[in-house]
Amino acid sequence: MIRLVDESLFTRTPDGVALLGSRCADCSAYTFPRQGGCPRCTGSAMADVPLSRTGTLWSWTVQGFRPKPPYCGSERYEPYGVGYVELPGQLIVEARLTETDPERLAIGMPMVLELVPFRDDLDGVPVHTFAFVAGSSDV
Amino acid sequence: MSEVAIVGIGMHRFGRTDGVSGRAQAVHAAREALRDAGLRFSDMRFGFGGSHSAGDADTLVSELGLTGLPFINVANGCATGGSALIAADAAIRSGQHDIGIVIGFDKHPRGAFDTDPADHGIGAWYGETGLMVTTQFFGLKVQRYLHDHGIAPGVLAAIAEKAFRNGARNPMAWRRTELSAAEIAAAPMISHPLTQYMYCSPGQGAVALVLCRADRARTYTGRPVYLRGAEFRSRRYGSFEVFSPWLASERADSPTVEASAAAFAAAGIGPDEVDVAQVQDTESGAELMHMAETGLCAHGEQEKLLAGGTTEIEGRLPVNTDGGCIANGEPIGASGLRQVYETVLQLRGDAGAHQVPGDPQVGFTHVYGAPGISACTVLTR
Repeated sequence: MIRLVDESLFTRTPDGVALLGSRCADCSAYTFPRQGGCPRCTGSAMADVPLSRTGTLWSWTVQGFRPKPPYCGSERYEPYGVGYVELPGQLIVEARLTETDPERLAIGMPMVLELVPFRDDLDGVPVHTFAFVAGSSDV
Repeated sequence: MSEVAIVGIGMHRFGRTDGVSGRAQAVHAAREALRDAGLRFSDMRFGFGGSHSAGDADTLVSELGLTGLPFINVANGCATGGSALIAADAAIRSGQHDIGIVIGFDKHPRGAFDTDPADHGIGAWYGETGLMVTTQFFGLKVQRYLHDHGIAPGVLAAIAEKAFRNGARNPMAWRRTELSAAEIAAAPMISHPLTQYMYCSPGQGAVALVLCRADRARTYTGRPVYLRGAEFRSRRYGSFEVFSPWLASERADSPTVEASAAAFAAAGIGPDEVDVAQVQDTESGAELMHMAETGLCAHGEQEKLLAGGTTEIEGRLPVNTDGGCIANGEPIGASGLRQVYETVLQLRGDAGAHQVPGDPQVGFTHVYGAPGISACTVLTR
């Protein structure tokens, strides 16, 4: 069983692990992570929904220095990119990117969700978070 | 309703002043502002003020004088100073008080601004995995902006170069050494496309302003500056703000757009009439975006304005004439009031080596910050 940074962010689907968001029954707005109130219509009829595992890169950067706490990543998983990925018809989610070369990142490129290790715990067991990698499907 | 005037300004130099507390810097600024207006603290009928990390503003009365005045603390992140000013504006405009003081101050250690995700209602995972980093947000935001408007990233170095050039002409600035665009572009990359010298640093400093009913302004000064509009807005659904694990697919304007439009509307003055502007430049990209979001120019027009020297001190639309946050640093509670201090100096003709030529009549200030807020003012002679 893969260890996750926060189980409540994820759900299992037939296609693999997906991010778990909320969808407003009144106005169809999505959020991530889940929340009880709708920031769009101010209602409170939110239901859990798995988010798309694929999308397109909406913006990106590369983390150029080791952040201070509360960051607790392990050096061997650095550096890392950071992006916003547009999940069609849902929302734009912020995530780590596995790619860190600016020459290989471009707004509009297809991306797919992946679980990646970001730190090792005291026993050396990797803890995973979500990230996006270039690509259009799970190959 | 009374109109509102600024009749006294005071500042403690920005930067890092070892051995002088943030509160002591605030007291210095307050005394300077009172002296400028020829008044004593006992003449003040109200106070509004705040700092992010240097203590409660209302405790300054133990040093300034225990006069019984209502002194209200303001805590609104980067808009703390702007919010204090708006509260003072309302207090005078409504007729509640005739005269009072606003004070913004701060003292941050090197590399400050660590934020606990819980303070923003976000899970611990966000910080642990390395996403709770403000510098990242600025990189992500300007990356998208450059893409949307077809702007080349070279403009980011040009903006920082101008900030250091203006700072070198301002004796109150922290960074007073000019840096070339090439040096700025070659500095370590903090968050692509922004390098180290394109960002401001956490700093220290204090600013105080004495405000009064406009019809009494000439009792205190021969050169009042009138606060014609002061407006504050928070974010709408669909804007792109710091510490956002997600954004809505439908896009909305930044709070800057609404706050600036409201301030101009209140003043009855258009952005095309502005002679000197201070806009939030937490980093170069912020100045780039805010120039257009405030209505001072069109989106995509900035490259041409910068290349043509339009936003230089001697240009048609001088922007961040004191060097902005990039050259002055960011003491959160004081920054918004620094912009007003600088604008009053300019409108009085007192800015010395960084004075805008041609007798400027209309000034504009803009602050922006977490978690998606903006405060703007329009000032005239």
